[in-house]
Amino acid sequence: MKILVCVKRVLDPQVKARVKADGSGVDLANAKMTMNPFCENALEEALRMREAGTAEEIIVVSVGGGKTEETLRHGLAMGADRAIQVVTEDSLEPLAIAKVLKHVAEQEGVGLAICGKQAIDDESNQTTQMLSALLGWSQATFASEIKIEGEQATVTREVDAGLETIQVKMPAVMSADLRLNEPRYVKLPDVMKAKRKPMDKIELDSLGLDTANRLTTLNVEEPEGRAAGVIVNSVSEMVEKLRNEAKVI
Amino acid sequence: MSNLVIVEHDNNEVSAATLHAVTAAQQIGGDIDLLVAGENCAAVAEAAAGIAGVSKVKVADNPNFGHHLAENVASLIVDQASDYTHVLASATTFGKNVMPRAAALLDVAQISDIVEVKSDDTFVRPIYAGNALATVQSADAIKVITVRTIKFEAAAAEGGSASVEQIGGGADAGLSSWVSQALSNNDQVDLTSAKIVVSGGRGMQSGDNFSMLHSVADKLGAAVGASRAAVDSGFVPNELQVGQTGKVIAPDLYIAVGISGAIQHLAGMKESKVIVAINNDSEAPIFQVADYGLVADLFEAVPELDAAL
Repeated sequence: MKILVCVKRVLDPQVKARVKADGSGVDLANAKMTMNPFCENALEEALRMREAGTAEEIIVVSVGGGKTEETLRHGLAMGADRAIQVVTEDSLEPLAIAKVLKHVAEQEGVGLAICGKQAIDDESNQTTQMLSALLGWSQATFASEIKIEGEQATVTREVDAGLETIQVKMPAVMSADLRLNEPRYVKLPDVMKAKRKPMDKIELDSLGLDTANRLTTLNVEEPEGRAAGVIVNSVSEMVEKLRNEAKVI
Repeated sequence: MSNLVIVEHDNNEVSAATLHAVTAAQQIGGDIDLLVAGENCAAVAEAAAGIAGVSKVKVADNPNFGHHLAENVASLIVDQASDYTHVLASATTFGKNVMPRAAALLDVAQISDIVEVKSDDTFVRPIYAGNALATVQSADAIKVITVRTIKFEAAAAEGGSASVEQIGGGADAGLSSWVSQALSNNDQVDLTSAKIVVSGGRGMQSGDNFSMLHSVADKLGAAVGASRAAVDSGFVPNELQVGQTGKVIAPDLYIAVGISGAIQHLAGMKESKVIVAINNDSEAPIFQVADYGLVADLFEAVPELDAAL
């Protein structure tokens, strides 16, 4: 089985986003960028499937402009066999991304596509579900455990009330939650090896897909901040303030 | 305008989250219908018909909907959506699982996690762990929306008198099946609706130590939550996670114990009315959002707090 792992380049999760003064978006110029953490979980899971003999080839794919290649190289350094960059300078919405990924999944004849459950930048939490819908494949989101057994997979999902286990038919589209695994660290020799692995580039325009955005961002602003509070010196002072000042207990 | 709100339920009761999505629909304006997809869910349909402001409850009662599998429910939503300008659900794991699938089949965008309705086509949603708010305008004929519950009051659960209509459709897509679930202890206070939440982080050091927080929570009628670090370390189960990718909550009082306050955690609790932080590291970022901070060893402070209540 071939596995397609869909990854996104995002602002590093340790960095606080800064809104541009003109309200047009978040300032990413010179910001530290990284692979979306959930996408690393997705890739790690695919790599473990290959190591367990469930998969033969791991293809890592991303949609984006010039520096997207860095994120794909990181995926190759983690252990993916090859990479595909669908090249565009436009910022595509999840529906458009899902259309592109569907094209790649069909072109490559993969038996499983895994994505991160959510990108930490636009927080849409949509692409996996949309890709699954467009392919007409089964859907297993927010996975914390995946077991593939031939034509079926058993997936444990993190849901609001706890854990839910479902069985899905293969081929399937799945999204990785945090507890699925702990992504491996990349070592220097892996980075060197990744430079020699194949990286295909496909121009988005050559695919002939309708990837027009449906939403117009009118404004981006910072939320109201919280006013700084006070440091109390003892538990009894804290309890007194909660009772008599804040009146919440 | 006409709204269809997808009811989240367990075949017995309407989830509280649904009431907040109904309020978002009321703010959009126009008629509000509800869709109940379930199995032996007549009680849910009856309760849904009582929600204030609802015109009609459409019920698809059929074994294929018993466990709300995404493929089956999304397909039913698509069948119904053409009658509506807006299709909404709460941004819970149920809504997040089902709605994007329906949106893609309708070839429309989804507007995720809205926190404000500006007009019938313009909405505000948080991005970057809540560090920015984006105002977006949709050009789609059908607007598929998930609603961040903390930013909309709950609609009145009673007082309405909607009609109930049984609808057909909803074949089994045959793609997936439900196996089992491991749900949290129902005796505990629900984290998403609790007025007071006591949360523990990495500083708790073990799952056993959470019993200290449970004791405080019991005295306050509070729910217990956790940071990602505490869940990843296996101290507590995933459903207690508060944060960007866990639950987003806004209780009257949030007590953060041994939580450093990573951006991702703040995204899940910074809308709380009053925030208390107990941490032995005075430099911890949690103190920047706390109304009352106590720099102390939690293993001394929490028992003392417990005794003081």
